[in-house]
Amino acid sequence: MNAGTFLLAMVGGGVGASIRFVLDGRIMRTVHTGYPWGTFTINVTGWLVLGFLTGLAHSSVLDTSWLFILGEGALGGYTTFSTAMVDIVHMLQKRTNGGPVWNGIVVLVLAVAAAVIGLLIGRAF
Amino acid sequence: MTSVEHARDSHPTNPRPAFAQPRLILYVFLGGGIGVGFRLGIELLLPWSAEDGIPWAIVTTNLSGAFILGFLLTALGRRGPETSARRDIRLFAGTGILGGFTTYSSFATDTAVLLGTNPVLAVGFGTVGVLAGVVAAALGVSLAGALVREPSTQTEEDAA
Repeated sequence: MNAGTFLLAMVGGGVGASIRFVLDGRIMRTVHTGYPWGTFTINVTGWLVLGFLTGLAHSSVLDTSWLFILGEGALGGYTTFSTAMVDIVHMLQKRTNGGPVWNGIVVLVLAVAAAVIGLLIGRAF
Repeated sequence: MTSVEHARDSHPTNPRPAFAQPRLILYVFLGGGIGVGFRLGIELLLPWSAEDGIPWAIVTTNLSGAFILGFLLTALGRRGPETSARRDIRLFAGTGILGGFTTYSSFATDTAVLLGTNPVLAVGFGTVGVLAGVVAAALGVSLAGALVREPSTQTEEDAA
C-alpha cells in the first residue's frame, strides 16, 4: 500500500458517491412507490460488481491494489449502508409493525446472494 | 439519499433537482472522497481476511455512520424548512461523507466470503449487522430528536 494507491481509492470513492447521487436522483424522480428503489438498485449492482472483482482477485486476475482502488474505494463510495438503515427507521416511524426490519433482512439475503454470484463468476476466470 | 430527502430533492415538480446541479455533485464528490478516505484508514488499521472472523473495520464504520446519519438528518430537519446552506451541509456531509464512509458492498462481500469459511458466523454476522445498523440509526434519530429543539418562530432566512 502506497500513498498513490490510497489517493486513487479516495478519488474513486468521490466518483462512486457522485454516480450514486445522480443515479439515485434519476431513479427516484421516475419511480414513486414510497420504497427507496434508488438506493436498492445502487446497492444490488454494487454487490454484484464487488463480488465479481473480489472473485477476480481470488483467481489472481486482478491485482490487490486495484481491488483496493476499485472495490474498497469506488464501489465503497458508490454503495451505502447508512442511508439504507435510516430509510428503515423512517419506514418504522410511519408504520407500527416490524415489516421494514424484515425488509432489511430480505435485502441482506439478496445482498449476500448477489455477492456470491459475483464471487463465483470472478473465481471462474 | 433517504426517501424523505428525495420527496423534496428529486420530486418531478422540482424544476432543478439537486442531482442535476454541478455544484451539488461536486460537494458529494468531495464529501464522498473524504468519507472513503476515513473508512480506508480504519480498514488499514483493522485489516481483515476470512480466517480472522469478524471484519471489525466494516462494523465500526457502518454502525457509527448509520448513527451519525440518523442524527444529522433529524437535527437538520428539526431546524425548520431547509435553507440552501443546510441542503449543502446535508449533501456534503450526509450523501457524501457518510455515504462514502459506510458501505454495503464490502459488508455483503465479506459476508459472502465468510459463508465459504465459517457459514454460522456469516449468517450471524450478516443478521446482527443489519439489526445493529437499524438500532444505531434509530438511536441517532432519537438523540437528535431529544437534543435539537424545533424553532418556535421562523427566523431562519434562506440564503438562496
